Amino acid sequence: MPISFGGRYQGSSFTELLASDNTRLLPDWSQLCASGVDAERVPHGTTVLAFKFSEGVIVAGDRLATEGHRVASRDIEKVLPTDDYSLVAIAGAAGPALEMARLMRIELEHYEKIEGEPLELDGKANRLSQMIRANLPAAMQGMVVVPLFAGYDRRRRQGRLWKFDVTGGRYEETDYEATGSGGLYARESMKKVHDPVASRDAGLRCAVQALSDASDEDRATGGVDLERGIYPMVYFCTAAGIARAPDPEIDRIYREILGTRRRPASNGGVRR
Amino acid sequence: MTMPFYVSPEQVMQDKAEYARKGIGRGKSSVTLEYDTGVLLMAENPSSLSKIGEIYDRIAFAGVGKFSEFDQLRKLGVRYADTRGYAYSRDDVRAKALANAYSQAMGEVFTREMKPLEVEVIVAEVGDDTLAGHESNAIYRVQFDGSISDHEGFCVIGGAAEELGSLLRAEYRAGLPLRDALRLGHRALQRAADREPNVTPENLEVCLLERNRVGRKFRRLSTDTLLELLGT
Repeated sequence: MPISFGGRYQGSSFTELLASDNTRLLPDWSQLCASGVDAERVPHGTTVLAFKFSEGVIVAGDRLATEGHRVASRDIEKVLPTDDYSLVAIAGAAGPALEMARLMRIELEHYEKIEGEPLELDGKANRLSQMIRANLPAAMQGMVVVPLFAGYDRRRRQGRLWKFDVTGGRYEETDYEATGSGGLYARESMKKVHDPVASRDAGLRCAVQALSDASDEDRATGGVDLERGIYPMVYFCTAAGIARAPDPEIDRIYREILGTRRRPASNGGVRR
Repeated sequence: MTMPFYVSPEQVMQDKAEYARKGIGRGKSSVTLEYDTGVLLMAENPSSLSKIGEIYDRIAFAGVGKFSEFDQLRKLGVRYADTRGYAYSRDDVRAKALANAYSQAMGEVFTREMKPLEVEVIVAEVGDDTLAGHESNAIYRVQFDGSISDHEGFCVIGGAAEELGSLLRAEYRAGLPLRDALRLGHRALQRAADREPNVTPENLEVCLLERNRVGRKFRRLSTDTLLELLGT
């Protein structure tokens, strides 16, 4: 016997529920560029990274969003917990990416409520790759969304991380990964210091250093903004859940890094 | 030519209601109680199939009667709440609107279908002190024919609802601590199962909506936690 509030969908996926019963709520950016929106001119997120450490994974991102050569926002949040044991870090077109992260969060919660138990970490990563694939028509027109996904796998008792490409291709990384405009520099930085059994403190240092290095080389990456007191977001994801590193900690570590790199001003600004 | 028998609408409705009540009466009861820092939902349930479930941040569901029917209702509630929360904001998802939607859907089935639903449900919402206008708890009961009522303090659904209601009316006090609310609920469910083996904590399904929890306020209590709280 049909009991319903007017919908037909019977499954356990929220995005499929929207596609079936509330089509107009489902975001679709594929027509944006055809209607004359310049993909370069929408805010873009820049550098995010993830790597394993002794207790699980660390996921971090700077806070800057750019529109072409302009600053769109100095304090957007690009690392978003999707449930108690997983996070997405977004790079690319900020609007679609943030919406995808929000949908992903609801998707995981919805599944857990309907089915009575959460998805496995592999299942979550797979779901995200399907969502990226669904965005392909928009990506072809410049609305590219390429997130990182990381979490603590409670069954295997370890941290794990994935990167994605625009087609929804899903690649599990063994150690570390970074994406976005400054991703290359962040990766180079992590390559030198990454240690999969690092302590929390050493891990935090690795993250802050990689983001500072990225912001040094890539003008679109924010790094640490001491003037305004805006710090990168760094999350620890472990068996105990997700915890964010407090700003004073990041400040302390960043100043230590600066201390090792700063040179005294030379006479009259002329370097010999 | 055969003439169909005339049956008065009153008779049809009465028969359907009797059928539904019989179905519900065969199952076990479920109790919802407000305690000092939240709302407690309890059911006697020896199986691993849940009768109580999370709907949204501050909203929980409890059903009695035919499992397949109230579980469909529970899932409908989750779909309704998640869609609404996505379209508006998380704070815009309210128990009252959901209870009304249930009432419409269940009333529709009662009048249109041959077989009425053999279920009763509770939609409970815990208040949030940080949201102006959302501070108080809400408990709604929706019956098989779509009739809806709101309750303060406690609410019982299921076959023994009347009897347990009078027990709780006599013993319930506002602002009970969780431990006392649990014991009272346990005693009520024990009364419902009179002359049957004892309702052991292992056979209880207990869920909480905790006012002071951040974000999703729903929590399912494990048997161990329950034993500890009941002090047995």
